[in-house]
Amino acid sequence: MDDVIYASPTGILSLTWLLIALPAAGAIALLLAGKAADKWGHWLGVATVAAAFGLGLAQTIALAGLSETAVFSELYTFLTVGDVDIQASLLLDPLSAAFVLLITGVGSLIHIYAVGYMAHDPDRRKFFAYFNLFVAAMLILVLGGNYMMTFIGWEGVGLASYLLISFWQLKPSAATAGKKAFLVNRVADVGFLIAIFALIATIGSLDFATVTANADGLSTGMTVLIGLCLLAAACGKSGQFPFQSWLPDAMEGPTPVSALIHAATMVTAGVYLIARSHVLFSLNDTVQTAVVAIGAFTLLFGAIIGCAKDDIKRILAWSTVSQIGYMFLAVGLGGGAIILGLIHLFAHGFFKANLFLGSGSIMHAMNNQTDIRRFGGLWKVMPWTYGTFATGWLAIIGMWPASGFFSKDPIIHAAFAKEGAQGWILGSAALLGAALTAFYMTRLFILTFHGPKRWDDDVKPHESGPIMVGPLVLLAIGSLAGGYLLYTRLPGWLEPVVTADPKAIHGSLSHMEVTVMTLVAVVASTALAWWFFRSGTDEAPQAAAFPVRAARADLGGELVNKAVFERPSVFAARASVAFDARGVDGVVNGLSATVGGLSRRALNLQTGYVRSYALSVLSGAVILLASIFVVVFQ
Amino acid sequence: MNPEYYLILSAALFSIGAVGVLVRRNAIVVFMCVELMLNAANLSLVTFSRTTGTIDGQVMAFFVMAVAAAEVVVGLAIIMAIYRSRRSASIDDANLLKA
Repeated sequence: MDDVIYASPTGILSLTWLLIALPAAGAIALLLAGKAADKWGHWLGVATVAAAFGLGLAQTIALAGLSETAVFSELYTFLTVGDVDIQASLLLDPLSAAFVLLITGVGSLIHIYAVGYMAHDPDRRKFFAYFNLFVAAMLILVLGGNYMMTFIGWEGVGLASYLLISFWQLKPSAATAGKKAFLVNRVADVGFLIAIFALIATIGSLDFATVTANADGLSTGMTVLIGLCLLAAACGKSGQFPFQSWLPDAMEGPTPVSALIHAATMVTAGVYLIARSHVLFSLNDTVQTAVVAIGAFTLLFGAIIGCAKDDIKRILAWSTVSQIGYMFLAVGLGGGAIILGLIHLFAHGFFKANLFLGSGSIMHAMNNQTDIRRFGGLWKVMPWTYGTFATGWLAIIGMWPASGFFSKDPIIHAAFAKEGAQGWILGSAALLGAALTAFYMTRLFILTFHGPKRWDDDVKPHESGPIMVGPLVLLAIGSLAGGYLLYTRLPGWLEPVVTADPKAIHGSLSHMEVTVMTLVAVVASTALAWWFFRSGTDEAPQAAAFPVRAARADLGGELVNKAVFERPSVFAARASVAFDARGVDGVVNGLSATVGGLSRRALNLQTGYVRSYALSVLSGAVILLASIFVVVFQ
Repeated sequence: MNPEYYLILSAALFSIGAVGVLVRRNAIVVFMCVELMLNAANLSLVTFSRTTGTIDGQVMAFFVMAVAAAEVVVGLAIIMAIYRSRRSASIDDANLLKA
């Protein structure tokens, strides 16, 4: 990091703000234009993101041609309090440039696909407005020059994901899923805020450069606090344990949303944050161990649940949870492995977008059926979807020469290379995860495309139109060829930001040994899954063994959420309602009831009988006289 | 002549009137009892006037009689109105002031 030299923004590089402004302007225009934009609004959405991609590409080329390695531009002063000066600044360096290309590149393809996918939705214009907003927020997140800007983008994608997941808000499950994603993320974001405050309190600046340069001066306690708080925030956005529960529910949104959230944007934000702050994370062993432990645990957690689900999108969602676990594991290992995590992130961006859009194509063909037990034999009717999905499948299970092979194997190798028992535990977990990935993805693939037809009679599957197939083909090419390119090119490109060389990782097992082991495990699980599911599957799973049941129930994740978060909050809410009703209202109502009761007693005196009034007058007079007598004659 | 006898008579008349007001239901009788109490008061006033040797008490008795006469006019009119609407002169029937 010491050799980052900042260039002043000149020429096309001074237009970094335009990258964000383009999709943001698209979103604003679409939201303001109203129904007038129904005819052309979606094309505006596509155009702005595609233009941002073109601009990003030009800027990346310009950046590569510079002798300096990063461009830092300050837009305006965001906040000045005492010595703390927070600028709205943008940082274009190899890391953020790579993310810009991923977000706008894959984002454009998903946008184009969505034009076809959402063709019959009456709210397509609004959908594209939110889609553009999502891309704009994600670009702020990766281009921000300090933690404050990152946080603004961070919250922006949270908002956009809420709007998109609950896009079909008339469906209660979609509305709930959107709320859940929003709330779980807010809980995790508290960590981000605490980390920001801690950085202001200790370093007095939020600029990445200043924080990185002064990170050595932090006390041990501070590094643990900041590291763990940032980790919590990253876990929330990336759907890692213990914040994983919102991610599969996010499948309630339209499929392009799932693809965008899972492949190119939101969930990768956590990995980006850790990669960007890797200096902070590497300061303390405890924090590093926490990151790798969460990564290794979550990759197994997601893979096990993925094996037992029947909903095609939910399997893919749990697979994202699991794959991001790989990235966390890699960036947590530090050193050269950080690059490997990022390579996997980019490779995953391609093949997961490919798989999600493929599943959307299948759903389109099957009347929105998502249960893989109701598919089968689709390879003949949907050849393009089949072919592209197959590349995605090969890529995610890490079969040579698809991209997963080049991104996942080195991570497993790096995990084994960690010293001591930790290396063996992490390595075995990563290896087991690869085998499980091969199992559940093969199960998904076989049940969907091969075996006997199990779809309903009224379903007439058909291939999707060219506007949906086109992006699929491009993404398939990316999933097939992307891995090798990323593995050979990305480390050199990212060198100024993340210096260590992944090829320098040497452990007790050589790279070749790990590769052979992984391939054997992957091929064996693929064969096993093929053997199990080659002739379809039962309507209801008969294997009601405990592990299967547990996996179908998300390994108790929801139970934990219910017990740890939901019940106590519901109890607290009930208690405060009871206190309000009995305590606060009780005092007020009691007072008024006392006055009311007394007046009701007094009412009884008003009988309306003249003689009783006369009696009271007389008694009053007698009492008055008697008291006068007593006073006078004492 | 000892004025105490007059005062005792006045007290007795006032008490009879008061008890009559409290126990009788017929509005006319109640009215008469009220007159009795007023006359008892007048008797006291006149007695006090005699004992002090001034005319003040007698003037006040005169005022009481004037006011009582006016009151009788209004009161009888009310009683007549109530009797016409209810066919009864019982004061317990007219309890419209009940809360």
